[in-house]
Amino acid sequence: MSAISPPAERIWWKQPIDKLEFIWIAIAFVWSLVMFVMMVYWHIAGGQNLSNETYKTTKEMFAAKTQAVVDKYTVRTGTDAEKQFPVVKPPAGSDIYLIGRLWDWWPIYELEKGKTYKLHLSAMDYMHGFSLQPQNINIQVHPNYEHVVKITPNQSGTYSIVCNEYCGIGHHTMVGRIYVK
Amino acid sequence: MATTYRICPRSGLQFDTAAEKLMRWNAVAGVLALLLGGIMALGVILTRWPAVHLLPADQFYLALTSHGVNMLLFWIIFFEMAVLYFASSTLLHCRLATPKIAWAGFWLMAIGAVMTNVAIFQGESSVMFTSYVPMQAKPHFYLGLILFAVGALIGCFVFLGTLVVAKAEKTYEGSIPLVTFGALTAAIIAIFTIASGAVILIPTLLWSLGYIREIDTIMYRIVWWAMGHSSQQINVSAHVAVWYAVAAIVFGAKPMSEKVSRSAFFLYILFLQLASAHHLLSDPGVGSEWKVVNTSYFMYFAVLASMIHGMTVPGAIEQAQRAKGYNKGLFEWLRKAPWGNPAFSSMFLSLVGFGFLGGISGVMMGTEQLNLLIHNTIYVPGHFHATVVIGTTLAFMGLTYFLVPVLFRREVLFPGFAKLQPYLFGLSMYAVALVMMGAGTLGVSRRHWDMAFAGAGMAYEWPGAAYLMMGLTGIAGVVAIIGGGGWILQIVFSLLFGKRLDEGETRSTPIPLTLPPQTGAHAAHVGTPGTMVLALVFLVSFILYYFVNWKYLSSLWGMA
Repeated sequence: MSAISPPAERIWWKQPIDKLEFIWIAIAFVWSLVMFVMMVYWHIAGGQNLSNETYKTTKEMFAAKTQAVVDKYTVRTGTDAEKQFPVVKPPAGSDIYLIGRLWDWWPIYELEKGKTYKLHLSAMDYMHGFSLQPQNINIQVHPNYEHVVKITPNQSGTYSIVCNEYCGIGHHTMVGRIYVK
Repeated sequence: MATTYRICPRSGLQFDTAAEKLMRWNAVAGVLALLLGGIMALGVILTRWPAVHLLPADQFYLALTSHGVNMLLFWIIFFEMAVLYFASSTLLHCRLATPKIAWAGFWLMAIGAVMTNVAIFQGESSVMFTSYVPMQAKPHFYLGLILFAVGALIGCFVFLGTLVVAKAEKTYEGSIPLVTFGALTAAIIAIFTIASGAVILIPTLLWSLGYIREIDTIMYRIVWWAMGHSSQQINVSAHVAVWYAVAAIVFGAKPMSEKVSRSAFFLYILFLQLASAHHLLSDPGVGSEWKVVNTSYFMYFAVLASMIHGMTVPGAIEQAQRAKGYNKGLFEWLRKAPWGNPAFSSMFLSLVGFGFLGGISGVMMGTEQLNLLIHNTIYVPGHFHATVVIGTTLAFMGLTYFLVPVLFRREVLFPGFAKLQPYLFGLSMYAVALVMMGAGTLGVSRRHWDMAFAGAGMAYEWPGAAYLMMGLTGIAGVVAIIGGGGWILQIVFSLLFGKRLDEGETRSTPIPLTLPPQTGAHAAHVGTPGTMVLALVFLVSFILYYFVNWKYLSSLWGMA
């Protein structure tokens, strides 16, 4: 009698459980609870939680809001190496808007280290993937949804935003930039 | 409805002739999908190997789409149909319910698989396996998937019908075998999966035909993944059942406790389907409470189930081996295992790799906040090559070594290569999974044609270590393709040219399964200290890796 035959004991559910097997189940159960609690605990005490603030939007509405921030806070026009995108330096604590579209992240932001910003993310066409490097923070970006994420850069430097959701033939050229000073 | 029953002289198993033919055709169709998916894998891996960078972008995305669909759906589900028919009609000694309808299911699956592949190779449906809206494929891409799913659904119901037949015709006594119970778990999850697939793919088909204006992207991801992830849970249930089956076939191993193993399968039925949340942890629009409850399969009860199987399968082997006298020390039972028997070595490599590489990485990336670290990076395919390729494909390959003589009645050719193949394929796939996870930890994207960002205005420069990892992915991937391709050639040659083995007796009535008389005396209890030590090593690795990633997360930009 083995696992490919019916159980030899008809009343198999009354067979006692092996001691080591039982200990292992108990350990695994406790570990499962620890892992569950960790996620809840991090919401209370951790510094990295993805915001749940989301709004329905339209491409036109989101583009208009982004344009308004760009018009207000642009400090210079980017060089050729920056695709001549506007470089925008918003005040600390403000709302900033980032557009994902085939195949750019627009515009370029200049942020201050240690200051908090409300980053609004949305896509203009397909889904895109916001992958901040070399930090390695990865967020899915949907069209018609506006996701508001509070970010606080903790190190200065030049950061790239790689697109890591497949978005067609030019996907690999979709890289944007954020400066932190 | 008269059928005949063949008693296999090598295994003593009894095959309903109608079911046997279905098993063979389904297994062969699966292997053909594996062959196509494997050829595509070569194109994918040689392109992602930065020093080679073989294909142009359009062909790369086409190959990747085909690779995903053929491997994750067609290969595995065809093979699972064979496993379902085996676990019902063969193990229960009964006739297959409605073989004609089962054939209709098979042909629907076959037509669907061909149709979707045609759509992909026509070149305008390179939308990846996931076909996220609003990127649109041609209508026959979706239609093929729907036909395939309907065919598979029919197969699941034929399986359930066969259980009813066996019960009604009293072909067995007591409860169904554990392996059949595992297959039943797989079938129940499959029905949920396929229904979810229909719920999302039918509107998507109508959208691609122009009858529906828009499909909501978040809804698509939630419902699609109820198919996409749950279909991998069919695999988990099926390959765990195969582990138990191989342990039983090779060692005569008896489950440590029927109660525990069956309860663990039952936990799968209750909780595994929640996993579509794993794919939405870094998405807007769904709340943290939903994410936490679902991603953890409601407090990790499905992980608990896998940890139970992870101990009870080797535990059953240890008990069987110790009962045979391999009692020295903690590990004599394992050292003296038949490491040259490819059915066993495949199964054991599958078990260890699934647990250590696939399981631990899966729980890490399925943690709500930790997912931010790896979402859409090549860590994700690293994880699922450990679960699906090492876990499922390798287990199925191992089972096939047993099935060639028993089901196909041919001798396995090249037995020397057969001894090596599980190590060649399995260990190189361990390496593939590890280096992909390494590259993903450094941030390298999945589904990305060029990590050098040729033509990008503001290219990012990956660290040298990322290039090294992707180079190693290429090398290990090519070795794995040699190991997998070698297996396909070996099986195909054995089926075509292997020595024919004698069929055994054919009868017109099945021999029912009877239980031995209950004597009341229990066999002496055998402990499993070796397995416990292995389980604790696993636990320590799990805990360390889990908390290292929290440490990494805590160093990132603040987010709230």
